[in-house]
Amino acid sequence: MSEDAPLLVMRGIVKEFPGVRALDGVDLEVRAGEVHCLLGQNGAGKSTLIKILAGAQLPDKGTITLGGAQVRAANPTAAIRLGISTIYQELDLVDGLSAADNIFLGHEKASLGFTRRAESNRAARELLDRLGHGEIRPGGEVGRLSPAGKQVVSMARALSHDARLIIMDEPSAALSHDEVGNLFRIIRELTAQGVAVVYISHRLEEIREIGDRVTVLKDGRTAAVGLPAKDTPTSQIVSLMTGRNVEYVFPPRRTEPPGAEVLKVTDLVVPGVVSGVSFSVRAGEIVGLAGLVGSGRSEIVEAIYGARRASGRILLDGHAVRPGSTSRAVRLGMGLAPEERKAQALLLDQSVARNITLGGLERFSRFGWIDRRRELAEARTLAETLDIRPGDVRRPIKTLSGGNQQKAVLARWLVNGRKLLLLDEPTRGVDVGARAELYAVIRRLADEGIGVLLVSSEVPEVLGLADRVLVIREGAVVHEAAARDLDEHQVLDLVMATSTGGFR
Amino acid sequence: MKEATPVPPVEEREVKPRARSAGAVRLGRISEARHVGLVLAIVLLALVGLVTRPENFATTSNLVSILTLASTIGVITVGMTFVIIGGGIDLSVGAVMALASVWATTLATQSYGPVVMAVCAILVGTGAGLVSGFLIAYGRLVPFIATLAMLVAARGLAQRMSDRNSQLIPSDNALVELSTTRVLGVPLLVYIFALVVVIGWLVLNRTTFGRRTYAVGGNPEAARLAGIDVRRHTMLLYALSGLCCGIAAIIIMARTTSGASTHGDLYELDAIAAVIIGGTLLTGGRGSIIGAILGLLVFTLITNLFILNGLDTADQLIAKGLIIIVAVLLQRRSLETRT
Repeated sequence: MSEDAPLLVMRGIVKEFPGVRALDGVDLEVRAGEVHCLLGQNGAGKSTLIKILAGAQLPDKGTITLGGAQVRAANPTAAIRLGISTIYQELDLVDGLSAADNIFLGHEKASLGFTRRAESNRAARELLDRLGHGEIRPGGEVGRLSPAGKQVVSMARALSHDARLIIMDEPSAALSHDEVGNLFRIIRELTAQGVAVVYISHRLEEIREIGDRVTVLKDGRTAAVGLPAKDTPTSQIVSLMTGRNVEYVFPPRRTEPPGAEVLKVTDLVVPGVVSGVSFSVRAGEIVGLAGLVGSGRSEIVEAIYGARRASGRILLDGHAVRPGSTSRAVRLGMGLAPEERKAQALLLDQSVARNITLGGLERFSRFGWIDRRRELAEARTLAETLDIRPGDVRRPIKTLSGGNQQKAVLARWLVNGRKLLLLDEPTRGVDVGARAELYAVIRRLADEGIGVLLVSSEVPEVLGLADRVLVIREGAVVHEAAARDLDEHQVLDLVMATSTGGFR
Repeated sequence: MKEATPVPPVEEREVKPRARSAGAVRLGRISEARHVGLVLAIVLLALVGLVTRPENFATTSNLVSILTLASTIGVITVGMTFVIIGGGIDLSVGAVMALASVWATTLATQSYGPVVMAVCAILVGTGAGLVSGFLIAYGRLVPFIATLAMLVAARGLAQRMSDRNSQLIPSDNALVELSTTRVLGVPLLVYIFALVVVIGWLVLNRTTFGRRTYAVGGNPEAARLAGIDVRRHTMLLYALSGLCCGIAAIIIMARTTSGASTHGDLYELDAIAAVIIGGTLLTGGRGSIIGAILGLLVFTLITNLFILNGLDTADQLIAKGLIIIVAVLLQRRSLETRT
């Protein structure tokens, strides 16, 4: 295949989900033998695009051409048959099976239903050797391998399909520096053999090192196609990623100075993730933590809430938080709106009212006996205050939209009055219109004297909503400033710059 | 479920007609329908009884014997409902009840009189439940395994303590009067059963403990992050189940005037089956005590009908097995219409 005839062409790809247009006419062109990097902020549409390529989702509009012929990958198996293999961020391996079994899962070497173990082990051996990992035993259990080892097995699986195009979704996220070097060596070998690689990473430095060309996505559209990875200036890439069409509406910041210190964190260490972080939050103040996924920001929040073992001092209003005890954190006056709303916050089958009152049942009960009339009245009042719609608090919460579910989670913590609210990605899965409402609610809570610690991977959100911003990179605070003194470029630069060695 | 989500009264302010949630109403209707199904099954079985055995079935003595028969497992079923809604399972109930009955009827315990015997049964049951609960909540054992081990060990301990003998209680012991004394023609132990059901229902539906049980079973992570001490709660659920086994031991001692290591064999299966027929989700987070008790009554009625008609117990087991399958299939359909 010549250099100029692209292996893969995607044109005008559109994908809509209820309430969101995730992809709005995306183009992508990948040549055989190149490493094509896909860049974009969270929510720009990268994952959706990959899923479409991998056959996990069907596009609503648009065409995909592979090797000159128009194709339609209706399901993952079809995509694999076309020669497209995907290595997902969360490795999709079966821990209890051997490396060889994982590599050939779904296309086992077998006759009459009996696996041919020796042959499959030999073939796995060859693939692992080719990847430079002869030390991984084909018969060994995958669950015992390190993350890097699992990555290699995943890659061997992709190779076992004779893939023409391999998609790698943040393959370096779980790897150490040396392991990343090895990953790059493998990628170079693959591309030398004519395989195309679509490489997704947040780390600009990696993209410069391994990438040939870059496509930038922004708000579901292609912001730039086929930029040279080595020579495009960082400032250009960052502005392509940030120049956005969607304008957020943020409530005005408060003018009076914040009150007394509510939360004081000193030398917080979460082994392997957070390396000694200190900061404080004052009453009425919104402090934003800006950082990439995996930078340690969620771990900081979980440690403060007592949901994760950590060392260091965490004081709420002068009282020490005990690691591992969320009930103590709640008694002291904290509340958490966790990252995964459905999995970590909601009782989906239960009513809105019961979801709201779950964290503060003591308020309406005497000796454990719940006064249900008062409970319902309180839930109604809070639903009205936060404008939860529809207003019937006896509906099952799963019938509400994401934004209204999130308001119910916030309402949960207003039952007993909180001193500190921890909000981890509060607008995830909330559509653009409803975000403004949530922002207003959060600002109002702060104005009522609650300290707020806000985590978000969307830089504009942190800058627009917070009073003060801490930039987190690789488990440490790399910058701290008033939100009004920062702009998106600066923060993105800080967030993405790769540290030279240092903590990992 | 019915008691969990009552159909809204018409006191809504400013709620748009559409918002008067078709979902909530349908939810209420289906959960009612589920209990209605069980009530219908009971009525149907009663009709069968009236037709096939008109002379014996509807007699006071037969009805009382049905309730007496149901009371032992009934008390255990209440505890089991809590455990299963809380996302666990307790296989040890029958064995723990046997152990409690044996411990309460040793010569040494008997010498202290009926009150100490009753207290002893309750303490042994609760203690065994606490041990299982501790292992599950803090030792992170899978409930199935921890309570299976408790089943085997408690049964063994009961055999060791009793030397595999039935330990008789003299008929002048006040415990026996629970079975012989009748109020309004019904033995006292049936009132104990009824009391346990009422208290269990109140605790499950009107207290923070009950509310948290649903939360812990439905989404343990959400419960933990909402500030609930999930481990402690889990342990208490098994202690509660053990307490119910202790009470059941008192009932069976009164009924059989004995404590024996053979008491309560396979009660765990009947109790779990009753809970499931009653609409409680085996994965936790959803369920009802009323349903479980109705489910148990269905089972007891079947047993009674088979005995009255002199039918083979083998067929009785087949019938019960079929009922479990049909009940669960119906449940799944109602769940699917809900979501």
